[in-house]
Amino acid sequence: MAKILRLKDINKIYGDKVKTQVLFDINLEFEESTFNSIIGESGSGKSTLMNISGTLDRATSGEVEINGINTAKMNKNELAILRNETIGFIFQFHYLLPEFTVMENILIPYRIKNKVITKEAVKRAEELIDIVGLSKVKNNKATDISGGQQQRTAIARALINDPKIVLGDEPTGNLDSGTTEIVYELLRDINKRYKTTFIIITHDKRVAEKADRIIEIKDGRIEMDLSRKI
Amino acid sequence: MRLAFSIASRFLKSNKGQTALILIGIVIGVAVQIFIGSLIDGLQISLVDKTIGNASQITILPSGKDKYFAEDKALLDRLSNNDNLTAISKTYDNSAFIKIDGETYPILLRGVEFTNANMIYEFNEKLVEGNIPERENETIIGSNLAIDNNLNVGDEVEILTPEGINEKIKISGIFDLKVSNLNKTWIVMPIDSARSIFGSDNQLTSIEMQVKDVFKADIVSEEIKKDINITNVDILNWKEENEELLSGLSGQSASSIMIQVFVLLAVLLGISSVLAISVVQKSRQLGILKAMGIKDRQASFIFLFQGLLLGTIGALLGVIFGVMLTYIFSIFVKNPDGTALVPFYIDYRFIGFSALIAVVASTLAALIPARNTSKLNPIEVIKNG
Repeated sequence: MAKILRLKDINKIYGDKVKTQVLFDINLEFEESTFNSIIGESGSGKSTLMNISGTLDRATSGEVEINGINTAKMNKNELAILRNETIGFIFQFHYLLPEFTVMENILIPYRIKNKVITKEAVKRAEELIDIVGLSKVKNNKATDISGGQQQRTAIARALINDPKIVLGDEPTGNLDSGTTEIVYELLRDINKRYKTTFIIITHDKRVAEKADRIIEIKDGRIEMDLSRKI
Repeated sequence: MRLAFSIASRFLKSNKGQTALILIGIVIGVAVQIFIGSLIDGLQISLVDKTIGNASQITILPSGKDKYFAEDKALLDRLSNNDNLTAISKTYDNSAFIKIDGETYPILLRGVEFTNANMIYEFNEKLVEGNIPERENETIIGSNLAIDNNLNVGDEVEILTPEGINEKIKISGIFDLKVSNLNKTWIVMPIDSARSIFGSDNQLTSIEMQVKDVFKADIVSEEIKKDINITNVDILNWKEENEELLSGLSGQSASSIMIQVFVLLAVLLGISSVLAISVVQKSRQLGILKAMGIKDRQASFIFLFQGLLLGTIGALLGVIFGVMLTYIFSIFVKNPDGTALVPFYIDYRFIGFSALIAVVASTLAALIPARNTSKLNPIEVIKNG
């Protein structure tokens, strides 16, 4: 299978005077349409790894290759376009725009990419809203829905541009266990349906165990890398 | 851009309190600017009008010690072809005495063509009694002269010239020019009658003129000087003769501009600071927008559009409010005689310019918050979530 994301010799050092190295020579490859989880204690460097993978942050050394494209020499605008078209983000907090409705929030990445909203785009948004189960509240303001619904809106928003990769940083960290279960079922379902590659940071072992592959980060190094046989 | 605009307008709509606060700031700023500007403009126009509205603004006089110059038809034709002039009146003046009950009083006998002179002095509107002279040896006199000597329309008076000529003329009307000195000394009659009293045939003392734009009187005067090319006359304009008034006016304009600049500056700082706070408030949303691929430029446009929207709406309301304020002022603040202390005066160009400046300034004020947005790093925002 094709490699959708390749991390090569990634080092990350914070600070100019007092240097703190948080990632040490990380080498990872992720295959297309797989469901991966990254676990590790807080401060282990897993979020930094995720941000570097998503081009939100730059590695001190090493290369990130997304969908066969080396990002090392890309400028901020090129990276913005790449993120918009190939990566979907889901964070612990939903960061929805409270001034917009559920539907409008979901369409924002599409509007960043395209000038006008087409009928097809609305159709796709409707389909995603249906999948994440928000049909009844799609015209509500983002602030007028529950926490679980807000996170599901964020998931639909991450998927609107049909990204190759979805990066999730504790996407259920802020939800109760029942809702967590529902959200993960949803993510797996989407993974199967759209063949989207998922890389999810979580500290919930039960969640991690359901992934195709579990990577554990400890003190900036890969401690464990287990793949389930498919 | 469309997305930036729609986010900008939603930000403004959702934060009604903040938006209202900025808007009120801009509205007050623009309104004060327009109010003060229109007030000063109205004041200056009425002042200029009172001072030179009924006076010669450009005058052709004989040069040197000469009292008269010969009437030149070609010259008058030239002047009447000049589009910048609104009135041209040739006059023949001479000093004389008026004899009433054995007493003599010095007067200025002015010979004019009434149709032309009325365009400057409006004798026809300023008559308090009687009519404009229609026959030879008829005259109109000033109200002060009439009251002081108990003269009435229809009375005959005796005119004595320094040369010793004695002539009887009939009063056909009494005028009030609102300047007591003129009302005391002027005796105005048809130019031919005046000439015949003094035995002059085609001489003139002056050609009096008014111009379209009073503040260009000096330029028009220069043009005329070049155009007519006659050496035995001088051309004077009101600006040369009223330097104090002019310096007063320009001092007033300068202070009005200073007030307007500082009001604008205060508004600008207000918008800038409120929007800068708004960037901090919205930093999480801006962070996620950047993570989702919005470019720095587009993100900063969100704030520029907010400035533009606030500026446009604020300027519009400010103009309405400012014009209303000026109008109310002109209605309720009056002179003892019931006329407006400062007449209502609207300069569309000034208002348009003020509104435009407000829009541009508001957009510029949004530059700092826009720059802050552009610098915002998504990772910082999301990490601190």
